[in-house]
Amino acid sequence: MSLLDIKNLNVSIHNTKILENISFSVNEGEIFGIVGESGSGKSMTALGLMGLLPDGAKITGSAILSEKDLLKISEEEMCTLRGNAIGMIFQEPMTALNPVQTIGNQVAETLIIHGRAKRTKALKIAREKLNRVGLTEEQFPLDKYPHELSGGQRQRVAIALAIAMRPKILIADEPTTALDVTTQSQILRLLKSLVEEEKMALILITHDLAVVSGLADNVAVMQTGKIVEAGTTNDVFSQMKHAYTRQLFSASNHIPVRNPKLEETPLLEIKNVVRNYKLPRESIFARPKFFHAVRDISFILRKGENLGLVGESGCGKSTLTRAILGLEELQGGEIILEGDIVKAGKKLNSKIRRKMQVVFQDPFSSFNPRHKIGRLISEPFYLMEDRPTGAKLKNEINDALTNVGLKVEDADKYIHEFSGGQRQRVAIARALIIKPSLIVLDEAVSALDVSIRAQVLDLLAELSSKFNLSYLFISHDLSVVRNITDRVLVMKSGKIVESGDTQKVFDNPQHEYTKELIAATPQLPKHLSRKV
Amino acid sequence: MIKLPRTLIFGGILFFTFLIGALISFLWTPSDVEILNITSRFKLPSTVNWFGTDHFGRDIFSMIMVGARTSIAVAVVAVGIGILVGLPLGLWAASHHGHWVDDLIMRGNDLVFAFPSLIIAILITAVFGPSAFNAIIAIGIFNVPVFARISRGGALSIWTLDYILSARVAGKRTFRISVEHILPNIANLLIVQGTIQFSLGILAEAALSYVGLGVQPPTPSWGRMLADSQTMISFAPHLALFPGFAIILTVLGLNLMGDGLRDILDPRIRRARG
Amino acid sequence: MLHFAFTRLISLSLSLIAASVVIFSVIEIIPGDPASFMLGINAQPDTIAALREQLGLNGSLLSRYFSWVFGMLTGDFGISYTYRVPVSELILARVWISLPLAIYALVISTLIAFPVGLIAAANRGKPIDLAIMGTTQLGVAIPNFWFAMILVLIFSINLRWFSAGGFPGWDEGLLISIKSLTLPAIALALPQASILARIMRSSVLDTLDQDYIRTARAKGLNRRQAIWRHALKNAMIPVLTIIGMQFSFLMAGAIIIENVFFLPGLGRLIFQGITQRDLVVVESVVMLLVFAVITVTFIVDLTYAAVDPRLRRK
Repeated sequence: MSLLDIKNLNVSIHNTKILENISFSVNEGEIFGIVGESGSGKSMTALGLMGLLPDGAKITGSAILSEKDLLKISEEEMCTLRGNAIGMIFQEPMTALNPVQTIGNQVAETLIIHGRAKRTKALKIAREKLNRVGLTEEQFPLDKYPHELSGGQRQRVAIALAIAMRPKILIADEPTTALDVTTQSQILRLLKSLVEEEKMALILITHDLAVVSGLADNVAVMQTGKIVEAGTTNDVFSQMKHAYTRQLFSASNHIPVRNPKLEETPLLEIKNVVRNYKLPRESIFARPKFFHAVRDISFILRKGENLGLVGESGCGKSTLTRAILGLEELQGGEIILEGDIVKAGKKLNSKIRRKMQVVFQDPFSSFNPRHKIGRLISEPFYLMEDRPTGAKLKNEINDALTNVGLKVEDADKYIHEFSGGQRQRVAIARALIIKPSLIVLDEAVSALDVSIRAQVLDLLAELSSKFNLSYLFISHDLSVVRNITDRVLVMKSGKIVESGDTQKVFDNPQHEYTKELIAATPQLPKHLSRKV
Repeated sequence: MIKLPRTLIFGGILFFTFLIGALISFLWTPSDVEILNITSRFKLPSTVNWFGTDHFGRDIFSMIMVGARTSIAVAVVAVGIGILVGLPLGLWAASHHGHWVDDLIMRGNDLVFAFPSLIIAILITAVFGPSAFNAIIAIGIFNVPVFARISRGGALSIWTLDYILSARVAGKRTFRISVEHILPNIANLLIVQGTIQFSLGILAEAALSYVGLGVQPPTPSWGRMLADSQTMISFAPHLALFPGFAIILTVLGLNLMGDGLRDILDPRIRRARG
Repeated sequence: MLHFAFTRLISLSLSLIAASVVIFSVIEIIPGDPASFMLGINAQPDTIAALREQLGLNGSLLSRYFSWVFGMLTGDFGISYTYRVPVSELILARVWISLPLAIYALVISTLIAFPVGLIAAANRGKPIDLAIMGTTQLGVAIPNFWFAMILVLIFSINLRWFSAGGFPGWDEGLLISIKSLTLPAIALALPQASILARIMRSSVLDTLDQDYIRTARAKGLNRRQAIWRHALKNAMIPVLTIIGMQFSFLMAGAIIIENVFFLPGLGRLIFQGITQRDLVVVESVVMLLVFAVITVTFIVDLTYAAVDPRLRRK
């Protein structure tokens, strides 16, 4: 007898079908993975089970938990079940907690609301739960506030308050997507240990196949509101009956075809670069402290090469990126691009500007919503003395658009008319239009769905051969970096801790931190990669 | 074609009625407001005098039309001052966030906020004497930190976006970025705030005229009509009711327009409307 | 928290100094010679000279400024030119009408606006919300002095529940004094309450969109509990700033409204001062009003830190 039995769950919002005939069941102590890309409906399924869908949603079907149909009981009764029999944690830990309430109170509240204990006892139990999720008393007393905790720590608090009443099922909707690789593996380990100890069932929703294959007993693959394939993880991944499952798998593991033409001449030289920030004063009389974002970093990027820079958040890679682009003053060292020194500040060399461009992570904030595409992608021409105008400009725009797989007519559209993947193509067109030598890709594919990501990586590989481009590929995602770079640098706390050929570093890491990163990265099962 | 929200239409009708009345008054009013006609004073509303007559026999309807000129003119110029001075200050402050320029402008803002327009008007009038011009300056000065704060706030949230970084990589400098990228994207905020400050300006002008600090006789003004009507309110309430309604309806119209504009101009809502 | 209070205190002092410089400059520098300004065009040179002596205008600007500031700090606001009595006496008698009136109005306005705004937000889109939005939309458009006149018409002249004006004096009794301030306070409070209610509503609605509300619902809190226990405190934070600003408008409004109710407050003092060119009075009263506003803002800032833990530092 299953713990949770879902049959023919259908959801539509304002007459648009969101979920169609979703059916699956989850047993006690089982980890059930739901995997799919954005728009697949996986989050909607979770919200539907919890009764937290937006107003105007129509639900049919049944979801039986301990003889109660979650979809048919009253809201009042559902409130007694939420946080009690069934709990949920969400994707964004930074905003998941009430900023003006202590963490102790927020965990204790679950217990108080369900009548399990009054305030004093509830706080005692809250202390136990926080200990259980790895937040010990010395560092995390009950009266700490959320803004004093990091993302990973806040997620732990969110888990503590969700499991405080020892629910039978915990739903985790992309619980680690917003977290660093090492934090991610810690949180996933925590969830797994909770499942084992409490015999709790876990519904784990994610877009990451590797995460699911490492953790889940059973898995369901979703696409546009339907479950296209389901079964035990082993079965699904070894058989892959549905075309979409195969597509997802190959995209996750995708290695674009590249013909790197490596030359010995250095294109970009970073020599002993130092960048410090003055921190705001802690009190009127203290001397200002400094934050050392980049400490004495040196490396070389050769012409034709794809160089990867990996590191977790706070390691200084964004600062280094901005310094390379000439947007940050250096307190020490030099950055040289094709023999010219890159200097930040008022007088920026337009010669240097022509040689490098950048593509950013967020396809939604990368463009001014009020300008048309043609104007947007020709912005890099701004500083050039021989700026093309009129027909010549139009030609450049058209070329850039067709090179990235878009249409000539797109020049007259606005950015909101494009999807995330298309916007990244526009971003690449913008980077490409002045024929630079170096393109800095700052987490350029991190925000994209896996299948789109594969297409964009292919595009980048094609363009690098066609136009003799070199890439500096910055990412926190090791699996992507592994597949597309020639050499890789590992960065931590402002320093490069390891560097070398990508394959060598990944197969045989030398530095402790590199080993830690690689161990923390979820891997797709090796024996299955043969299929691709 | 975008479907206009009802608030915008309704508010627009209200406000433009008064605006048109004010404009027409330059060419024609039912009666001449400068002529005193003691024999026909305190008349109740009739077909001859649509809103009745006041204690000097003047036709109240005509006085409302002419008074509209004052209210609208003062309020509009005051908004103009607010935007002309406040907008550049706000943009400048935002582009130098964290530096002393930003701090200085914010402190200046806070200082002006400590002086409500009435106080500023008092200061100016004590030295220069009451007049419409001084009322405009007083209200205008108070509008400056309002627009400075709004533009700074809007600009700050745009400065952190990636397309600004892109522009900087292209070599564009702060001033150019402020004009080319920031300004068009905060225009909506300014338009909506502009209608709000416009309506507040009408209320402020009425208050100043009421206490005698604004436009001086013989130029009619709604505020002064209310001041004059005060002692006679028990037997001639229409002297107070009509100017009061005029103020309320004009302000209401502007506020509804502001709401409607916000609905159209908010990009999230705009996409839903198609 | 202490550090926060300290920096705010410094801010307060700087603002007061800056404000005093502005007021001083406008009153004493711009008209050229304050003495001849006060006496008018037809004054004789000897009278002007005598007044200059009396007002202490023969010192340097800097010394005059400092003696003015120092005087205020010790309670000496100078001698009124029109009334020939110390300005401090004039102010003291009247500030106890204007200030309580403004505070009374602030209390009424807040007590009405908070629940109304909250109810509107909790019932978004429903008839009660639409009714509240409609009423407040009208409320913000009403000039407070006009509203005061209408209130007098209905409640004093016709219904005779309240006297039409005047103030008996605090010595006559607390309740009677408060009663005479009630109509004025209501007239002041209702338009401001409309503004505050709308802001409260939108602040609560913004808060309800936040992720932590979803977390609260997932814990098992129902809608009402989520609003009370999580949304409310967060929604208050932006509303607090507005209350600080409201006080400045209420003080200005109180001054105007005194006119309708014949209250012997700071309003009459100031307007007569303007008509009679009594710069001494005007200068001091304006400084006092600005001081009141800046102080209230300071207190509000402190409340901010008390409510929002992110502003405190360890």
